[in-house]
Amino acid sequence: MKITVDMDKCQHYGQCTFEAPTVFALNDDGKLEYQGEVDDSLADQVEAAADVCPMQAIEIAP
Amino acid sequence: MTVIVVGAGLGGLRAAESLRGQGFEVMVIGDEPHLPYNRPPLSKESLKGGVEVEGLHFRRKHDDIDWRLGAAATGCSLDQRAVYVDDAKYPFEGLVIASGIRPRHLPVPGPQPPVLRTADDALRLRERLTPGTRLLVVGAGFIGCEVAATARQLGCEVMVTAFDAEPMIRPLGAELGAAMKAHHEAHGVEFRLGVGVAEFHEDGATLADGTRLTADVVIEAVGSVPNVEWLHGNDLDLTDGVLADNLLQVAGTDAPVVAVGDIARYPNPRFDDVPRRIEHWNLPTETGKRAGQTLGSLLRGEIPEGDFRPMPAFWSDQYDLGLQSYGQPALGTAVLVDGEWSGDCIVEYVRGDEVIGVVGVNRTKDLMRYRQDIGSA
Ligand SMILES: Cc1cc2nc3c(=O)[nH]c(=O)nc-3n(C[C@H](O)[C@H](O)[C@H](O)COP(=O)(O)OP(=O)(O)OC[C@H]3O[C@@H](n4cnc5c(N)ncnc54)[C@H](O)[C@@H]3O)c2cc1C
Ligand code: SF4
Repeated sequence: MKITVDMDKCQHYGQCTFEAPTVFALNDDGKLEYQGEVDDSLADQVEAAADVCPMQAIEIAP
Repeated sequence: MTVIVVGAGLGGLRAAESLRGQGFEVMVIGDEPHLPYNRPPLSKESLKGGVEVEGLHFRRKHDDIDWRLGAAATGCSLDQRAVYVDDAKYPFEGLVIASGIRPRHLPVPGPQPPVLRTADDALRLRERLTPGTRLLVVGAGFIGCEVAATARQLGCEVMVTAFDAEPMIRPLGAELGAAMKAHHEAHGVEFRLGVGVAEFHEDGATLADGTRLTADVVIEAVGSVPNVEWLHGNDLDLTDGVLADNLLQVAGTDAPVVAVGDIARYPNPRFDDVPRRIEHWNLPTETGKRAGQTLGSLLRGEIPEGDFRPMPAFWSDQYDLGLQSYGQPALGTAVLVDGEWSGDCIVEYVRGDEVIGVVGVNRTKDLMRYRQDIGSA
């Protein structure tokens, strides 16, 4: 599955990192880094991350 | 089997998705004309940039949920398993209470000022926040303070008045509240704190100490009232929201009913066994998903199982300050653990020997380490 984060919306709150820690992380500067493409086995985690994003910045495509 | 969800906000959406995902027919009755949308930007980015509800809608995972929008539930009979919208009767097997809260008004004479809860409220407010406008914000909680910050950035003159001694004192404590006040003052906001409003006027308010404040626009942000009226007559405990158990099953009825989001009052064993109602954005999602499972089990004739220990999380943006909170700071005593009160900092909130909450100002990444210590007792 493909993941896109709208970096204009993202405020780097890091809520997504709790739901899908292997996909989303804050770097040393506190900015979000993420993997743009992940295995479908992570779908539940990525969905949960998109749900908890306060800015609703995470988009998922198959 | 049909489930009715009353309230088309975030909590209603998440519960509806969970139940639809389990195969139930789901109807959502919502009094606003809009599909569920994100409220926090209404006092922040959207209020600044322009309110467009289309851009605030949540993504929806099912296209076969029956949305009945612009329709308020006016009554409910748990015995008859039906919700009423005026004369129309909608039968259900299971019910989700997701009708949230509305802003409270102060019981004082004079014209009632506008409030900020819905996209339509925000649109009306936005139109009036033109440069040079004098805005009087009544209430110094998060929403009042965010509106004050946004209005300053839009070039308004802003005065904040509240009964409390410091802004956001209940969730943050006096020290951090005072520091936030200083930030606001540095951005040109004036405060009249520690005094209540005696009367509203078309052009402002009179305070209890006789001070007359004049303004072009007044906005009231003084707390909330749960939307429980449609549930009256069912012998539920409706003191401060709807009382539910740890798995969100509503207490005092045999009917399969759950409550979610801002309206639900339930115990969280992460902290203690006291039922509480918490208005934090992450909880409608957490409670909506959990309540969906609980109701699904009840409707399948199973006993709901598990232990629900959500971590309340809150954020607030004011100027270039990003506040983030985990846990229940309001229940503890503030202890500065890193940085300075007046600048970027981390504050822990302690009850007995337990850390019960943490707040960071511009410290998102460092805060994550502290999160894991909260309410682990
Ligand atoms: C301006 C603003 C800024 C905020 N900022 C933050 C923030 O920065 N961080 C944070 O953590 N939280 C914030 N919040 C709080 C957060 O938005 C709420 O906790 C969340 O929206 C609650 O969701 P809910 O689904 O429980 O209730 P709601 O979103 O209120 O949904 C309930 C819905 O039910 C409808 N309804 C009520 N009665 C009936 C009826 N009888 N029949 C049918 N429908 C009915 C209501 O109109 C509403 O649409 C903010 C809230 C506001 C208003
Ligand atoms: S939760 Fe959303 S806003 Fe926060 S870091 Fe992740 S994508 Fe960005």
